[in-house]
Formats: sequence, C-alpha cells, structure tokens
Amino acid sequence: MPRFDDPRIDPDLLAERDLEKLPPGLFEWRVAEVVNIARRPTARKPKDAPAPARWQDDIIVNEIPRGASVLDLGCGDGELLERLEKERGVRGHGVEIDLDTVLGAVRRGVSVLHADLGQGLHWFPDQCFDYVVLEETLQTLQNPRLVLTELLRVGRRGIVSFPNFAHWRVIVDLVAHGRMPVTARLPFPWYASENIHPFSLQDLLDWADASGVRLVSGHSHADGAVRLLRPEDNLHAEEVLVVLERK
Amino acid sequence: MGLPSNHRVWQREGVFPLELGGQLGQLEVAYETFGALSSERDNAVLVTHALAADSHVANHPGDRPGWWDAVVGPGKPIDTDRFFVICPNLLGSCHGTTGPSSLDPATGTVYGPRFPRITVGDWVTMHAGLLDALGIYRLHAVAGGSIGGQQALELALRFPERVARVVVVAAAARLSAQGLAFNACGRTSVANDSNFRGGDYYGHEPPISGLSAARMMAHITYLSDEGMRDEFGRRRGDAQSAASDALGAEFAVGDFIAEQGRRFALDFDANSYLAITRAMDLYDAATWGNGDLVKACERIRARVLLLSFDSDWLYPPKDCRELALALIRAGKRVHHANIPSPHGHDSFLLGSSIMNNFVHAFLAG
Repeated sequence: MPRFDDPRIDPDLLAERDLEKLPPGLFEWRVAEVVNIARRPTARKPKDAPAPARWQDDIIVNEIPRGASVLDLGCGDGELLERLEKERGVRGHGVEIDLDTVLGAVRRGVSVLHADLGQGLHWFPDQCFDYVVLEETLQTLQNPRLVLTELLRVGRRGIVSFPNFAHWRVIVDLVAHGRMPVTARLPFPWYASENIHPFSLQDLLDWADASGVRLVSGHSHADGAVRLLRPEDNLHAEEVLVVLERK
Repeated sequence: MGLPSNHRVWQREGVFPLELGGQLGQLEVAYETFGALSSERDNAVLVTHALAADSHVANHPGDRPGWWDAVVGPGKPIDTDRFFVICPNLLGSCHGTTGPSSLDPATGTVYGPRFPRITVGDWVTMHAGLLDALGIYRLHAVAGGSIGGQQALELALRFPERVARVVVVAAAARLSAQGLAFNACGRTSVANDSNFRGGDYYGHEPPISGLSAARMMAHITYLSDEGMRDEFGRRRGDAQSAASDALGAEFAVGDFIAEQGRRFALDFDANSYLAITRAMDLYDAATWGNGDLVKACERIRARVLLLSFDSDWLYPPKDCRELALALIRAGKRVHHANIPSPHGHDSFLLGSSIMNNFVHAFLAG
C-alpha cells in the first residue's frame, strides 16, 4: 500500500485551471458573488451562529439503519458510536490514534482499535462494514485519496464530514489579507493547523465524479443552520457532511 | 524450588486427562487468593501467570512482594478491596503445582522427562476445575500478560460463558517465528548441559549452566534495544562480580543478563522450562476456527482488552493488533491500545500509569 499519492504534475489539471480559458465574464461574476455575500449586513456580524455541537452526529444517527455495522475512523472517545449503539442498535467499532482518547472509549465501553488510519485500512477485507464514518478528519490526513478509496472498499457506504475551504469567509480572508485564512471555524495559523489538505465541497464532488462514486445525500452547516445540501453551498457551507457509495 | 508463602493446595479428584493425549494420575494445584468473594460470587478475577512466575501475584500483608504488585492489590487496577483475586501456579511448573519434578503416583518416582506434553488448553481446563472447586462459575474477569494473556484468551475461547471480561497484555493469538526460534535455542542450551542427563537429573547436580544460558537469551527478548541502551549502554561491568568471571561478561549488560540467568536457574526446574516453553510454542488461538482466527474469535462472549507495548519484540504490537482485528471482524467488543514504553516485553510486569488506567477503566465497565 503506497503511503503517498504519486506527486506527478497533471498537465490537464493545470490547463483546466488556466485563467485564460475561463468563459468570458465568469471570473468577474464569481468575484462579485463573493463580494456580495461578504457585503450583506448579516455578514458584518463577527461570525455566523456557531454550528450546534456535533450536528453531524444527529444526521449520522438518522442516516444509519438499525442493526447496521459501523466503523468510525478517528472515533475519539466513542461518543458517536455509543449513541449509535444505544439509539440504533448498531455493531460499532472505532479507530483512534490518540492513546488518551482511546482510554475515553474504553470508559464508554466502545470497541476501539488504537491505530493510524492514515496508513490505510488494509487490515480490513472488502465491504466488511455497512457504513464507514470519517468526521472532520480527511483534511488532516497525509494521503486523503488513499483513505477515501479505502473507506469505500471497506464499507458499503461512506459518511464524510469536513470543513469547506471554499466558504466565502475563507476566500475573503485570503483575498483581503493575502494570508492563509484564519476564521472562527479555522482558527489556527498555517504553521499550527492540522489541516494539511484543505479542500472544498466542489473538490470532493469532482473527486467523486472522477472516481465512480455517487453522492447519496448531503447536509451542510450554512448561514447558521443545518440543512440539506444546496447547489450554492460551495460558497455558503462552513461544514459539509456527505454520504457516498460506489456507483 | 521456592514455594510461595500463604499458598493453598487444591487436590483435584481423579485423573486429569490432557489435550494431547495421556493423563496425570494426580493433579495438585498451588494457588493463592486475595480479597473476599462476594455473596453473589460475581467479583472473582482470575490472574494467569507467565513462564516463570508462581501463585504469588501480589503480597499479602506481611509476606514477600508479589510478581504483579504494580497491578494487583488494595486500590490497584485489579483492586483486592473490590475483587476476589485467584492466582494458580501452572501445571508443569515447579512452584507447588504438579510438574515434571513431582512424583508420578503410578511409579512412585519423579516424572522428569516422562512428564506428559501439556498445552495452554490444559492450563485453562485446570483453571476451570479450580474455579469449580471454589464455587465460582462466571468470572468478572480473567487477566494475564505474555503466556498469561494467552491463557486469558484461551479461557474465553474454551469456556465462553464463564468469563465476562478478558485482559490480554503483551500477548497475541500465537508466538511469532522469531519467538519460536528463541525458545528452540533455549531448550537446546538446556539439553546440551551435560548435567541434563536426558532430563533425569533429579538427585544429581541440575543443569544450572544450560538453564541459565537459556534464561539469558530469553531475558534479552523481554527487554528492548532502547531499554538496554538507557540502562546499561556500553558501561563496563563490575570486575568483582561472579558474573564477570563468565566468558565475555565484561560489560554491565552482560553482568545483568548473566545474573538474571543464574538466579532463575537456581529457582526453576529445567524440565518445567522445557514443558512450559513447548506449550507456549504450540499455542495458536486460531485452532478454534480450524486455522481461521476470525472464526475462532466468534466463540468469544466476553469483552476483551488488548494491551501491547511499542518496544515489545517477543509479542510485538502488530501481532496484538492482528488479534484485535480478528475480534472486530468477528463482531466482538474489543479495546486495543499500544502503549509507549522503553521496557520491551517486561513492560507488562512493571506496570505503568497508562496500563493501569486502561485495566482499571476496563474492569470498572
């Protein structure tokens, strides 16, 4: 199992992103759209209403059917798995790299493997879980593509949540200050951030499209509320949760 | 052979049939207990010992230190104020339980090399018999390190309904090829000692030097490169020590290892060493699934805590993780942690705040 993706430069990708090839007016329209959002009176508030704590967990508990088998990658102290076991009767297991947090999972009685999921999930055979969950972790991994691929090899469905780096506030902060974005949702400077692979909702959808993966459903935390994913959410969603499966 | 103080002896009635065939005409089991059995008989914790230990897992007030005082005792993770702790000496050992140095009732002479081949399964069957004798059906937990951990696992496989929690420390479903190789070296060293006499050395000078060298080799596998570097480095040994007279033992680490070997050889029966290491080699939990460890694990009803240590190369973390994954794939509730420690395999005996926190949290749940 390769540890890192092949870092070859993709000329097609470079060409696709060439500003000269943008349709006339699209660039101006996009910039205006971001400026419009940023100029709204509501945007003047220091920050949008904070997301309800662990809003993703509520969505996941609703999504996963009773009795399913679940693998939670980066499960922390097992709060989600404990809920899933109590409320949905699932068979749940977690993978967690931090030893103190693993102890928390033991205290909750949640089944947990102390391991680094960044190395892939090669210990698990194909399709051995109904759902594999990856909350707020993908952007921190050394090799996110490997983990995404593994997620849908090991699980019939994958549930992935992540901060959307194309949220308008992130874009505005980068453009206005010329520095790596620091927002309420992404509060750490570049050198201290765990987010080594920032990506946007659109990036994830592009990957899914190119990889034979279907978006089953999606939710976002956008404009202070949790809602079903909308087309404009690449700019509006602060956080996204998607359910994925192979086509 | 030193017998632990405060131990009791359970005399099993009738012959004891063995897993690989044959039987023992008589089985005596030396064991110790700590704490009090609750009226519901639901607070019993069986502690299973490793190669060289005995029933003295912890100290009783006023007697000598126990081999797992770090973990077992009042207020410790295996809390003797709360749990009734039982620790039997292993079949085939030499600290009070029937072994090669015992008299064969059929002949009236010492078993010696005629002691039948024993297995981890036999140990666990013996444990279950002792629990029956003590009026305990279901254990709150069984806990052990190294081959003690393998007994804990085997108990959960062989008698799934008799245990609620299993603590396996510094162990795996089976010993690695490297571990098998070290044990083969050790047994060859014992057998090549001219005092060994094919195992019939009782009444003569025992094979101290062969057993001592075997233990020296084994002791290296209990430590780690990092631990030895920190503790000894290339420091010169004590020229006055008896160990320094031995070949090549001019470095402190050599003195230490030689002293460990010598002390062990004076207190342990060579035939017991052969019998126990052969049982350790043979063990493979996957046997319950005809070679499929996942299928084997499906038998288990208990929750399982698996603790490995990152510097342990006798039962390395990856082998422990293999067992954890098999339990997960079998749909069992398992908690696995790989604990940082410079002390290699011996980490399980030394205890640590991290290990103790895990054991405490697990037994409380």
